[in-house]
Amino acid sequence: MSTAALMPDQAGTTWRERLRGPGGRGVLGRLQSTGPAGIASACVIAVATFAAVFGTLLAPYNPVLANLSLAWVGPTGGHLLGYDVEGRDVLSRLLAGAPTSMLGPLAVVVLSMTAGTLLAIAAAWRRGAVDAVISSGLDIVFAFPGILLAVLATAVFGAGLPAATIALSIAYTPYVARVLRGAALKERSQAYVAALEVQGVSAPRICLRHIVPNMLPLIIAQATIMFGWAMVDLAAISFLGLGVQPPSPNWGVMISENQAGIMQGYPLPALTAGICIVVVVVAFNVLGERLLAEAGQ
Amino acid sequence: MLGRFLARRLAMLVASLLVASFIIFAAVYAAPGNPISALSGGRALPASAVAILEQRYHLNEPFFVQYWYWLSNALHGNLGISITLRENVSSLIASRIWTTAGLVAYASVLIVIFGIGLGILSGLRRGIADTGTLVVTAISAAIPGFVAAIVLILLFAVELGWFPALGNGTGFVSNLRHFTLPAVALAISSLAIVARVTRASVRTESEREHVQTAVSRGIPARQLIRRHVLRNAAIPITTITGITIASLIALDAVIETAFSLNGLGAYLVQAAESKDLAVVQGISLVLVTAFVVVNLIVDLLYAVLDPRVTLGSRAQ
Amino acid sequence: MTGAGQAAPPAEARPPGAGRLLEVERLTVRLRVEGVRRAVLRDVSLAIAPGEAVGLVGESGSGKSMTARAIGRLLPDGAQAEGTIRFHGQDVAALSGSDLRRYRSQVALIFQDPRAHTNPVRRIGDFMTEALRTNLGVPPGEAARRAVDMLAQVGIDDGARRLRQYPHQLSGGLLQRVMIATALLTEPRLLLADEPTTALDVTTQAEVMAILDELRRELHLGMLFITHDLELAAAICDRTAVMYAGQIVEVRSSAMLHSDPLHPYTAALAGARPDISRTAARLRAIPGRPLSAFEAPDDQCAFAPRCAHAQDACWEAAPDLVELDGGVSRCRRAATLRGRLAAGPEAAEPETAEPEAADA
Repeated sequence: MSTAALMPDQAGTTWRERLRGPGGRGVLGRLQSTGPAGIASACVIAVATFAAVFGTLLAPYNPVLANLSLAWVGPTGGHLLGYDVEGRDVLSRLLAGAPTSMLGPLAVVVLSMTAGTLLAIAAAWRRGAVDAVISSGLDIVFAFPGILLAVLATAVFGAGLPAATIALSIAYTPYVARVLRGAALKERSQAYVAALEVQGVSAPRICLRHIVPNMLPLIIAQATIMFGWAMVDLAAISFLGLGVQPPSPNWGVMISENQAGIMQGYPLPALTAGICIVVVVVAFNVLGERLLAEAGQ
Repeated sequence: MLGRFLARRLAMLVASLLVASFIIFAAVYAAPGNPISALSGGRALPASAVAILEQRYHLNEPFFVQYWYWLSNALHGNLGISITLRENVSSLIASRIWTTAGLVAYASVLIVIFGIGLGILSGLRRGIADTGTLVVTAISAAIPGFVAAIVLILLFAVELGWFPALGNGTGFVSNLRHFTLPAVALAISSLAIVARVTRASVRTESEREHVQTAVSRGIPARQLIRRHVLRNAAIPITTITGITIASLIALDAVIETAFSLNGLGAYLVQAAESKDLAVVQGISLVLVTAFVVVNLIVDLLYAVLDPRVTLGSRAQ
Repeated sequence: MTGAGQAAPPAEARPPGAGRLLEVERLTVRLRVEGVRRAVLRDVSLAIAPGEAVGLVGESGSGKSMTARAIGRLLPDGAQAEGTIRFHGQDVAALSGSDLRRYRSQVALIFQDPRAHTNPVRRIGDFMTEALRTNLGVPPGEAARRAVDMLAQVGIDDGARRLRQYPHQLSGGLLQRVMIATALLTEPRLLLADEPTTALDVTTQAEVMAILDELRRELHLGMLFITHDLELAAAICDRTAVMYAGQIVEVRSSAMLHSDPLHPYTAALAGARPDISRTAARLRAIPGRPLSAFEAPDDQCAFAPRCAHAQDACWEAAPDLVELDGGVSRCRRAATLRGRLAAGPEAAEPETAEPEAADA
């Protein structure tokens, strides 16, 4: 906990300083302390993010235009990974698929972390009856596994990324709220919060400018791990045909489309899409676990 | 005091199911358009069909009355009619439930035997076997079921030909063969998670001070591990195993689709695609109930294993 | 350690009379601390006679717990031990198998935090009788009966009910009594009590201490009583050893320890305790902080930086143990400082001459 926080509400500190959190190590410093595995994972994530942002521009060939005469042709010439079931360049489709494969999980994480944090803080701040109601409510909603809610949502609202994303966010929120509630309760009972209250600082201000920043390491670690889970779940939903719709490129969709190829001796399209998913998810898992261990201090 | 704990958990279970069933029921109303179009999946219906739907679903009555009818029907096993197949949803579910149950059970057995087994072995030993386990489980934990599915199909069905790739098979032995690859695909990432948590728990427990006490009194190593390390680690191990098995219930939809198995999960997906809402509602209700019940069993096991939960704080 | 002249520990480190219960000779223990092998105990020697209580006093990091663990053969993996530990003349380090188990039932440890040292998922009865049933082959009914009897001895009357309870249902004081009772069940000859009352609140401390002391005397058991409280050790132990930085710096009969300490550290410890009967302008603390064994240099006296009486010779070579008036001290100036240490650091006057070597 930052000892500086024992001083009265500091008008002068910036958000950047708060982000550094205890020890004032800064983002790169924290990354370094996660060890070689953590750094390697961060690099993989950086590459994936780059592909997500620039993927469609980087794709050498048209990822959507079908040319059935070229279906399943193996790696040749400028086509490093060959062609897929509809004669499209696999590499281009992988690159073009990066945005949807990564942006969906990002939305899920942002939404569920925000909602979860708000609920956790509300429960921790008020404690007593409010906490009991929120906690019981969360336990009850917890009954809905993410994928199931997403399937239900797509049955009602139609298949597509928006319905699935929102459904997953709702399903993840109780878990986030539970994890953060513990940390929020701990912060709430720290001496500096009482000091701020006595000075008449308003509750929302205390929560937003003091409690949340002190929980930031845990929040970031949790968000990183959840990104991996959201990616797996959304890819699964797209694989089922309920998420991103073909012919839009998406790693989950690619596996579904090219599954037949596995059994006909053309494993490359489906396999490479699967590898992309696994590599990125492993990176998020490893980094997230390391950050979680750090945040535990 | 176990009774009181049990009563509380059962109350939570009922509350969870009520809320979940309400959400499932309300889905009809959340859909764009009116309930009729939702139930028919956007299809045009003759007036007589509309009248039947209105009557069956009590659409002219207040919202909560409809919910009541729907729920009591469901509890009596009447889950409505599939709009696409024109059959009772209940019988459609009954014919597929054993596939799903069998698959989940098979995968659960794999998780318990190999996940916990591997976790205990690497938790008690140090060295290369342990590091290897850590690396392998880190990767496996990130492999989604459908990716595992295609890799397994590629390796074992296409290349090696040991197992069939798709379908249910007929007869028990054939079923077993057909279900093996799907069960492995379903179990793989959960198995890795269980192995990791088991390993961590075994490590933590073996470093506890009460283990030192037992050593200082000359308790032999085997007995020590069994009665003081594993018995204590059983608490977090049971919890994580229970949670992962519960999650299999949702994940199996993906696996059934990948392997073209004729189970509830695959059918759920098909129904969602064809907007056969009654089927979606029916299957969702069954799956959510199973999920909640498994979670309840986990809580009960936890209470049995850890006396601190039911017996409360100390007496004098 | 440059003690070339002594092959065996000085005579006064050993108790009067023959029939040693426990003999520790030149025990040195090294552990891997952050990758480097470091000494946590250096050249520790002490002995306990049957039925004798010896106190082991020191601050955190002085090595007292490690000594108990070494005697109890509970050193962590990777620890390297030199020197000998003998129990009834037998080399403890060489024991294995059933001999080791027998040793463990003869030497009982009582730990500091009873809650951490009991298995929360097993009943008290199971905890108490496990060693009896497993190692001594006592049938369960008989073992339970003995447990109930022993609980009565430590002041717990409803033993049968307690046996069925779990640790979290008992208070810290009760639990520590259960610990003591359990330790006594295997009829040990030696108790190793590692700060048994430190984790308890003050009123409970007194009760538990009284029970432990009374039972020990009644059963004529030897005891190594580890504590950071000099007064407590003096109250219940016949002799007291003081440790600093992994070494024994003084061994003395408890009665003499206060009135006539032989080492500046002991005097400082005794003097640092606030006295309710006097007014003091300020509390006397020992300047500096206690050293762990691996931080202490071995070419000078480890206590010299904090010692009010240190002279040049103290910084030049590590001191050996010297015998003096029935006790032992690791101070080269022990003979000269004799008699003046108890009055406080101000009483010692600076010496101009070199101190003489102590005679036996």
